[in-house]
Amino acid sequence: MSAVPPRTHTPTPGQTVGPFFAFGLQYPDMNQVVHPHSPGSLVLGGTITDGNGAAIPDALVEIWQADSDGSIPRARGACRRDGHTFTGFGRAFTTDEGRYEFWTRDPGAEPGKAPFFAVIVYARGLPNKLHTRAYLPEDEAALAADPLLAGLAPDERATLIASRTPEGGLHFDIRLQGEKETVFLAY
Amino acid sequence: MTTPPSPTAAAPESLLAAPDQASQSAITAEIVAAHAEAERRVAAGEQLPTTMYDFPAYRSSILRHPTKNPRLVDPETIELLSPAFGQRDVAAIESDLTLQHTGEPLGERMTVEGRLLDSWGRPLRNQLVEIWQANAAGRYIHQRDQHPAPLDPNFTGAGRAITDDDGRYRFTTIKPGPYPWRNHVNAWRPAHIHFSIFGSSFTQRIITQMYFPSDPLFALDPIYNSIRSQKDRERLIGVYDHNLTSPEFSMGYRFDIVVDGPDATWFEPEEEN
Ligand SMILES: [Fe+2]
Repeated sequence: MSAVPPRTHTPTPGQTVGPFFAFGLQYPDMNQVVHPHSPGSLVLGGTITDGNGAAIPDALVEIWQADSDGSIPRARGACRRDGHTFTGFGRAFTTDEGRYEFWTRDPGAEPGKAPFFAVIVYARGLPNKLHTRAYLPEDEAALAADPLLAGLAPDERATLIASRTPEGGLHFDIRLQGEKETVFLAY
Repeated sequence: MTTPPSPTAAAPESLLAAPDQASQSAITAEIVAAHAEAERRVAAGEQLPTTMYDFPAYRSSILRHPTKNPRLVDPETIELLSPAFGQRDVAAIESDLTLQHTGEPLGERMTVEGRLLDSWGRPLRNQLVEIWQANAAGRYIHQRDQHPAPLDPNFTGAGRAITDDDGRYRFTTIKPGPYPWRNHVNAWRPAHIHFSIFGSSFTQRIITQMYFPSDPLFALDPIYNSIRSQKDRERLIGVYDHNLTSPEFSMGYRFDIVVDGPDATWFEPEEEN
């Protein structure tokens, strides 16, 4: 690969999503990456909390993921769903109890790599977006080999691994601040 | 005059009011001090984000910002790509916010046009741009907006567009008004349009706000000033462009958006989307 040339343009800075985003960012079935109850479907959900452990009722979560076979979706239509095409993208607002929920299916990964959901969080009071990852809990060998997880202390690592619910769903809480603060990412 | 809280409000209005209700002069002094402190730290060699996560003049950020630095990570393939959008995702009429109702909205009609570029100036095609805003009176249609200014039955204030082959988007709308909020006593947001943008890599995703030239509220606003340097703040001000002004129809503003992204985004993905 050739060298990366110097950047010529300075990025536009990000800002908070503010309190009134719902009417601007909602669209039908936005949190249904797959049709509910379709084969392999599951609920990925959790609670977003602040530095006091209080639920955040005005946050927004986006996920972007590979399909279960590890392939990366290139089909259009994440913003106008047709009910069957897998576009890999979903968006959810938190409820009054700070809970977000997606209908989706497990992401896959390239062989030997640990599958995860790429996650972005926005909220009123959060001055800019935050990136993180929600890893699937099962493949311990792949998790152990993951370069990001390998560099984290056990309590930090735990913030990035979703837990499997008895129903086969995934639970992933996001703590913006304080004890067990979620590890956020820069690229 | 105050409006009673709506019974269908999504969250208690009290959540939106900062408990200390500082004066504007106290908030302005905090902003000035925070900028000076950030400048001092950068001069001493520290790396600080362009938008400060820890910016207490924006009171609701105090408990909502991370306290640890983000972990620097090599993006995986999924993070270097992004959801694919196309014209099928958005109807053409969604980019004209003045045509969404039976009548014409009140206010100053305007267009905003710009190009979506990456850090090397390359246009980003087929990307989704979403906007939302207050009406000309500074009132959002959102049920939790309690500002006692009139709603406009002919204006919702939300739009979508897909960038063309040149990375260009264009919206027709009404210039939003400034509006009060409860960060401190007599707090007013400068007029702005919220923008949500996808790049070709998920790492480039950005939500931001576009402001208008010469707004007297700039120095007073904790959200605008959560961006620590003047140069970067000015990147969020749309440029009045008389060539985009349509005779006897609308005022024109230009707002180009450059997405960030790691060096890995220099390499074109294998397939063209
Ligand atoms: Fe706003």
